[in-house]
Amino acid sequence: MKTTRLVIVAVGGQGNLLASSILAEAALIENLPVRMSEIHGMAQRGGVVESALLFGPGHSTVIAEGEADILVGFEPAETLRALGKCHRESTVITNLAPLMPFTVNIGQGVYPDLKRLQELIRAKTARLIAFNATALAREAGNVLAVNMVLLGCLVETGLLPIRPESVQAAMERKIKPDLLEVNRRAFAAGAAAARQNAA
Amino acid sequence: MHKLLTDRPGEKMLLLGNEAIARGAIEAGVAFASTYPGTPSSEISFQFFQISQESDLHFEYCTNEKVAVEVAAAAAICGVRSMAVMKHVGLNVAADAVMTLAYVGVKGGMVILTADDPAMFSSQNEQDNRYYAKLSGLPMLEPSSVEEAHRILPYAFELSEELAEPVLLRTTTRINHSSGVVTLGAMRPRVTRGRFTKDPLNLVTVPAVSRKLHVKLLEHIARAQALSEASPYNLVEGEGPWGILCNGVSYNYVKDALAELGIADRVRILRVGFSHPLPARRIQEFLRGCEKALVVEEGEPYLEEAAKTHAQEAGLTLPIRGKAPELFSRLYELDPATVRRVTARYFGVADRARPAVDVSDVPPIPQRPPTLCAGCSHRATFYEVRQAAEELGIETVYPTDIGCYTLGLLPPLSMADYLICMGSSTGTAGGFSQVSGRKVVSFIGDSTFFHAGIPGLINAVFNNHNLTLVILDNGTTAMTGHQPHPGVDMKQLKLEHYGRVSIESVVRGIGVPHVTVIKPYRVKKSIEQIKEALSFPGVSVVISQELCVLYAKSLKLPRGKPFRVGEKCKNHRVCMTRLACPAFYVWNDRIHIDANLCTGCSLCAQICPEHAIVPARETAEK
Repeated sequence: MKTTRLVIVAVGGQGNLLASSILAEAALIENLPVRMSEIHGMAQRGGVVESALLFGPGHSTVIAEGEADILVGFEPAETLRALGKCHRESTVITNLAPLMPFTVNIGQGVYPDLKRLQELIRAKTARLIAFNATALAREAGNVLAVNMVLLGCLVETGLLPIRPESVQAAMERKIKPDLLEVNRRAFAAGAAAARQNAA
Repeated sequence: MHKLLTDRPGEKMLLLGNEAIARGAIEAGVAFASTYPGTPSSEISFQFFQISQESDLHFEYCTNEKVAVEVAAAAAICGVRSMAVMKHVGLNVAADAVMTLAYVGVKGGMVILTADDPAMFSSQNEQDNRYYAKLSGLPMLEPSSVEEAHRILPYAFELSEELAEPVLLRTTTRINHSSGVVTLGAMRPRVTRGRFTKDPLNLVTVPAVSRKLHVKLLEHIARAQALSEASPYNLVEGEGPWGILCNGVSYNYVKDALAELGIADRVRILRVGFSHPLPARRIQEFLRGCEKALVVEEGEPYLEEAAKTHAQEAGLTLPIRGKAPELFSRLYELDPATVRRVTARYFGVADRARPAVDVSDVPPIPQRPPTLCAGCSHRATFYEVRQAAEELGIETVYPTDIGCYTLGLLPPLSMADYLICMGSSTGTAGGFSQVSGRKVVSFIGDSTFFHAGIPGLINAVFNNHNLTLVILDNGTTAMTGHQPHPGVDMKQLKLEHYGRVSIESVVRGIGVPHVTVIKPYRVKKSIEQIKEALSFPGVSVVISQELCVLYAKSLKLPRGKPFRVGEKCKNHRVCMTRLACPAFYVWNDRIHIDANLCTGCSLCAQICPEHAIVPARETAEK
């Protein structure tokens, strides 16, 4: 069995760590070896949160440049910033709804053009799935469920050695019962987006 | 029940490294734990804090790491198993206690955890605390994984009792903040009460006693050396003509690199988990079978220099390399790809890994540094101090300190000029004012003030420095996750039996001649009060009191109503250019306020020259 390496990047508050812990829990349910690391020094202060998940054999808990088989970005500029984690066979899944860094608001730097951003990623990797996950989360009933939209999309691609049922079971363990329904809807919306992309 | 008290040995649980460490300590029967919070160690003590509320574990948040070591040392000399938890730089603060505690020793097991931070994800330096083991003579253990961190705790306590010395347990961020699957072990019952046996000729470190105790320490180090030689945590794996010596997380990268390079059958590994005293004989035996050796370690060449010394003593002349321009750097952290690349180069094998995508044509992406939260009271205080200084025509140095408010460094606030360590704002301000001949204004948080700021303030009063210290009192230790400190009202957390120390009383007690308490959301009044403090020749203190917005939210305190930018806005953008609150955003070339982020602090409304920022609920009326 080979090791599958997944990097998830997000802005603090987007629910990266919950999404990551659901995947790790799902792996535990399947008795699949899993290791995870996270960098969340100042997540609550609007910084970048990066997590690395490694499924299958091995020892490392981090993913170096060029090692990620899958990159999931909850925010488009952050996806682009993390592109160096990928190799030419990688799959990239990204939300297309920007969260403007305050540096842009005070005139330091220009936010990347979304069309160019997608062209760049598409040219350098094997596959790009890009859509407005934030809008789908809002339609599902809660904009904060953007993490579940992207999780649903990721699981639907079948790139992870984890069955969707195990992820659903892990969601039940990790999400408060009153929020479960909206998160399930968001997850399903993300899965549909993945199917649409494949079609 | 707290999940780390689950009494089902053999059950598997996915745990964060810091949770695994706390669970390991609980299994070892730790009965007394202490800390000053610091990333990446903070979650360990948070587990202890929670567990102490539903068990007989004693846990305390201490004013600083030195006190944390002292209370735990006293528990341990009475036979109670104790643990002091800190980040790597915390061990600098505790070092005075630790160095002589090594002479005195312990009876009950004592573990001092130092969480090092290679690459400085959240620290002011990346010092390698393995040298503290060498400096103090204390034994040091270093796990390589979450699972091993859990398993090593009971061993650490037993080792401490066997040697009658505290044990240093060194982790790095990648252990603390990684998660892995841990198999729960049985929990040893806690012994929470101890007995102190008076023995002044061994426990009171006057010179005559210490001369004897140093002899005893050297005997303990010799015994520790023998234990290290036989320790299961110093392990040799594999066969082959090439050797790799490694420690901590580097071991993981080595294992993965050898598998990917397909040379696992040609390389022997010596993984050092008991890293002080180093197992000299085992290192020599290991090197004797090698043609050449590579040392893979983050930070300083601690293992490498020892390996070279031990090789020389054994008359071995094989090449031993580690830190070098073409091999490993002393900077930052290692990662699997770097270790694979360097290993391949050193042993002359091909690295067929797919290269990373070329990102040289990716346009520059705007930075996203962490920033003060929407509604953070520090933003108000920084603005007011800047405004007061400008109105008085004061140009000066702004030394700052360690906490959220260090983020005042960033534009447009730009209110941080000098920082070295916890508490340095108060000491350095005195030096700056003396040599510049000017009033200096420095910033310190409430928890940091208690931790290390008070001696500097006393120094300023005694030496009559011309400075204003602004104490940003947000009622919690915000940066590390809202831990309590001596100024916190613990009743708000529904916790009894705590005292409370008033910062204002401390400041007045020190004899500061000019003390002002401000409410930073009252902008105009605060600026006037700060101007008075800045005009005072000598030491003045401004205490800016307002609860951290995130903490207030966690306490479920009522939140202010959001504001919006109304029709009177003339697009001066003073709000953006002076405050840059993250609740602002630009859309269609106008400033807007995100009602989900706005906490209703009204700072922007008070400084808008057109009074265009109004409560959002008035929208319907206009």
